[in-house]
Amino acid sequence: MNAPAYNFAYLDEQTKRMIRRAILKAIAIPGYQVPFASREMPMPYGWGTGGVQVTAAILGPQDVLKVIDQGSDDTTNAISIRKFFAKTAGVATTTATIDATVIQTRHRIPETALHENQVLVYQVPIPEPLRFLEPRETETRRMHALAEYGLMHVKLYEDIARFGHIATAYAYPVKVNARYVMDPSPTPKFDNPKMDNCPALQLFGAGREKRIYAIPPYTQVVSLDFEDHPFEPYRFNAPCALCGTENSYLDEIVTDDQGSRMFVCSDTDYCEGRQAVGHHGSLSAAPYKDKAGPHG
Amino acid sequence: MADLDVLENDQPLLVAESLSKSYGRIAACRDVSFALYPGEVLAIVGESGSGKSTLLQMLSGQLTPSAGQVSYRMRDGVTRDLTSLGEAERRFLFRTDWGFVHQDPAQGLRMAVSAGANVGERLMAVGWNHYGRIRDTASDWLSRVEIDITRIDDAPRTYSGGMRQRLQIARNLVTEPRLVFMDEPTGGLDVSVQARLLDLVRSLVAELHLAVIIVTHDLAVARLLSHRVMVMKGGRVIETGLTDQVLDDPREPYTQLLVSSILPP
Repeated sequence: MNAPAYNFAYLDEQTKRMIRRAILKAIAIPGYQVPFASREMPMPYGWGTGGVQVTAAILGPQDVLKVIDQGSDDTTNAISIRKFFAKTAGVATTTATIDATVIQTRHRIPETALHENQVLVYQVPIPEPLRFLEPRETETRRMHALAEYGLMHVKLYEDIARFGHIATAYAYPVKVNARYVMDPSPTPKFDNPKMDNCPALQLFGAGREKRIYAIPPYTQVVSLDFEDHPFEPYRFNAPCALCGTENSYLDEIVTDDQGSRMFVCSDTDYCEGRQAVGHHGSLSAAPYKDKAGPHG
Repeated sequence: MADLDVLENDQPLLVAESLSKSYGRIAACRDVSFALYPGEVLAIVGESGSGKSTLLQMLSGQLTPSAGQVSYRMRDGVTRDLTSLGEAERRFLFRTDWGFVHQDPAQGLRMAVSAGANVGERLMAVGWNHYGRIRDTASDWLSRVEIDITRIDDAPRTYSGGMRQRLQIARNLVTEPRLVFMDEPTGGLDVSVQARLLDLVRSLVAELHLAVIIVTHDLAVARLLSHRVMVMKGGRVIETGLTDQVLDDPREPYTQLLVSSILPP
């Protein structure tokens, strides 16, 4: 499948070198946004150009790549990026979280706990957590430099004043290593606790905004909150309709125009894995019942 | 304790020494010196282009003087040259011990976030982390500046001009600063609203023992609020003294002209 017209993993070596330097700096200063010379990629902005460049820069021939989009291995974005690297780098790909060494993700962190030999690469649309409150880049940079983060709490204050609770449900701001406030990309806040003290390296790439940032393994990541309105992860209060778990982040799927809906795991690999070992939910399909044997 | 207070008030809060600023060959401000004491209100008056705003910006550390220096007695009692402060210290000073009331409230407020958050921002910036307490303090300040507490969750863009200006004052005073800079705070307000605002400022200044440097071209504002007046013309201070003295018995021809240009009430 290797197309000889491309360098390994599409990008030329000089570009990868430049990106790796940015990544190293990002790891050295956890949560700090490192500018980098983002390249045009053969995909539109907003489809993961930042994540793809980071992945291309760190990918080696021995790596096993998994790509997820909103937790799913089989949506267009995930399939395209997986095929892209299968073609340009010839690396093995997988959908199993446990087998992957590099996982590129859009908007989710896998439910299966990550381990030390893994790198999680996030696709980031807007890396600046202060952006919607302070439009000037010069000013936000200064605020980061001086650790002036009062403004971040202004946003949370507004949430409580307006909705009675912190209504920010995704891209929930975190403080990394007790220094930089960081946007965890639009992951649901359910996933925030997974970033704290995570054994895997977490890299964030924003292609359009030309920024890379990182959380090294075993780094403290704290979600911002108020003493009297503490951070709370959110999930729909329902079991997964396919695998029955009560612990995963759920997607709500509308099934007809009569108001029926089902809740299923957003992490497809986790859900299928559980079904394969016999767990099932209220709406499990027949093949899995067969597999599940006597439990029916 | 009383002795300590006397000692405190005996030393100037802010001292300007031969401040000058030139833009190329244009001297916007020439050789301005004065000392400001705690609780004192100083008005800087003069026509447009007389160097008032340049002076205010230098005094508040936003503009580096071409010559001269500004020193400020910090809360710990140590007097320091403003240029010797790091950026972090200067910004911290700006949002704790100082206030700055802009002529245009849009510059001093966050127009898209609620009034409560506008007032609470400084508190959150100095580490307040309890929503209930921040909100209580914010509503307390809104009532002190005579804003209806039911408007606490409305954004200032829904406020009238006078309310915006009062909100700006509340936002600045919430950290109990010792020195407030005001740049034409009544500009663009109609006369009755101006009067109410001035009344409010005057009572807050007395109550909180604030030192204020107020830039204005309106001599009525100077007369109502300030203890001392500095008259500027062409970048120089041409006359300075107690407010009543300067306004009732102006010495300089230019000041006489300024005073006589006010319509008699």
